[in-house]
Amino acid sequence: MTAPAPLLDVRGLQVHFPITEGVVIERRVGAVRAVDGVDLSVAKGETLGLVGESGCGKTTVGRAVLRLIPTTAGTVEFDGEDITSLGGERMRRLRRRMQMIFQDPYASLDPRQSVGAILAEPFRTHGLATKGTSMEARVRELLDVVGLPANAASRYPHEFSGGQRQRVGIARALALNPDLIIADEPVSALDVSIQAQIVNLLEDLQERFGLTYVVIAHDLAVVRHISDRVAVMYLGRIAEVAPAQDLYDHPLHPYTVALLSAIPIPDPEVEEARERIILAGDLPSPADPPSGCRFHTRCPFRQPTRCHDEVPELRELRPGHTVACHWAEKLEGLRP
Amino acid sequence: MSLLAVTDLTVTFGRGRGRSTLAVDGLSFSLDEGETVGIVGESGCGKSVTALAILGLLPRRRVTVDGSVVFDGRELLGASEAELRRVRGREIAMVFQDPMTSLNPVLTIGRQITEVLERHFGTNKTDARTEAVRLLQQVGIPDAARRVQEYPHQLSGGMRQRAMIAIALACQPKLLIADEPTTALDVTIQAQILELLRELVVESNTALVLITHDLGVVAGLCETVFVLYAGRLVEAAPRHDLFARARHPYTAGLLASVPRLDLPKGEPLHPIKGSPRDTIPWAEGCAFAPRCPREVPPCRTGPPPLGPAGDEWWHQVRCVNPVPVVSPTPSSTEPPS
Repeated sequence: MTAPAPLLDVRGLQVHFPITEGVVIERRVGAVRAVDGVDLSVAKGETLGLVGESGCGKTTVGRAVLRLIPTTAGTVEFDGEDITSLGGERMRRLRRRMQMIFQDPYASLDPRQSVGAILAEPFRTHGLATKGTSMEARVRELLDVVGLPANAASRYPHEFSGGQRQRVGIARALALNPDLIIADEPVSALDVSIQAQIVNLLEDLQERFGLTYVVIAHDLAVVRHISDRVAVMYLGRIAEVAPAQDLYDHPLHPYTVALLSAIPIPDPEVEEARERIILAGDLPSPADPPSGCRFHTRCPFRQPTRCHDEVPELRELRPGHTVACHWAEKLEGLRP
Repeated sequence: MSLLAVTDLTVTFGRGRGRSTLAVDGLSFSLDEGETVGIVGESGCGKSVTALAILGLLPRRRVTVDGSVVFDGRELLGASEAELRRVRGREIAMVFQDPMTSLNPVLTIGRQITEVLERHFGTNKTDARTEAVRLLQQVGIPDAARRVQEYPHQLSGGMRQRAMIAIALACQPKLLIADEPTTALDVTIQAQILELLRELVVESNTALVLITHDLGVVAGLCETVFVLYAGRLVEAAPRHDLFARARHPYTAGLLASVPRLDLPKGEPLHPIKGSPRDTIPWAEGCAFAPRCPREVPPCRTGPPPLGPAGDEWWHQVRCVNPVPVVSPTPSSTEPPS
């Protein structure tokens, strides 16, 4: 596969949230390093999965890429253009090409607008709205694309089930024919029997419109299913990036191994035969991250001094498979 | 005699003006001492209401609970509040989904444990405190002597859930009901809590009812699995039978709609069409019929009965056209005792 220029290229992204003290005179006493040096690139038409536990910074990465929150350092390039310091009208124009699907379909749709109005809003915001029938036709087309009946346009969000609301959210993201869609936990708020419908819909739409996805999720099974490549985040940094199947067949980072072994599989035979790695303790605070490798406080394979002292860089150990662990090669032999 | 026998449990929520909603519709199941069972279903299937009804925790106004819940030889439905208080916490304990809203935010963790011991056993303060520290250690809370003085907001989600399990275990109950105990937690923390529950059940011979929407969670933990749909039991089987040979189209549909990490990537997902809202009343036919890929005309002519699937009396299914057995190699050839 020849590598075309990536649609999205993130270099050294940092997002720090200040911690302040004092009511009248605010003093800055520290920072939550939510994202602390993340490199990612997504090719056109590709799906990148971004996984990790709550507090690892995956959502913050998604929002920073869309410039919904300010970045502290680093660059975000979209289609060859550095958008980190882009302002005003140019950024607004670019936003048409990058859209977001939110986690909670109950909170992300305005309850006082009809579905038709919700879907027409992106056109109005970007000055693309047309009067009368052509607008209605476009809304009907969008509803049809996501598998909702045409009469849905005159109804309100509360009249729909969770899965249908998520379809409305997807239709809204598709309205302006974007190139890139960032989906933040698109199925985790839905019932199990509905999740597969939305996953399949996202896949169909990608094929139909040549979309590029960044799917942010904590469910590794769903992420593997939908993604071409997967990036695993831990405490604001990338621990491992690999082609989806390779990540699951040959996980190189101890955190990935533990994460994979923690996911229950709906088959008692498999469950009984599995070797489980139970991580001790909780995620450390991103306001005061551990030195060296951020995972060393919970790592079952921790080695003296180096893990504590030296920050591991991402290294390519297999084709397209990079890992930030000092001992990844040695550990590969240790595991079953 | 079984430890808990629920027979024909029916819970109706009145909505005023004569309208009502049937949340649980004639549910029967039982479990023995030390047994672990899983109750699986989607939102609105009645699984949490069942737990609350067993403990008599539903509000009395506008809620009608019928049927029978016999625990250790005593009928709990209609029992006096004083009787229920002796059972709750002491003999049947409950762990809720969200440890932040179900712990008391203004009491220390230690106080919430000692409270139970003082209430049920009349333990004096000093002994209760020592016991609280021991319980926190048992559920794997590091530095328990210090944590015992902390308030819920000072603990992480996983720690809170451990603390709640410690409170539940304080009186060494015979039965623990856990309602989605790991849903609010991250996967690595979920693995810790499930491992803890697994150990506790084995060590202390506590019976466990695990209520969840996640089939993966019950697969590793529960001996028997009950699948609920729209307030009724649709399938009940030992876990090996259920996962290897799901007979109800709903169970089979759930299993086919989740991607599995142990299977190769690229297998298409087979979702269940529609949503859990698309039901018909059980009196008119099978509530799952509008979403069912195996629907046949008899499905809409009346309530389908719950009966054995083929020759296996221990595998019960409520379906007139069950999924045929694909793999005839049963994983457990002997019927469970």
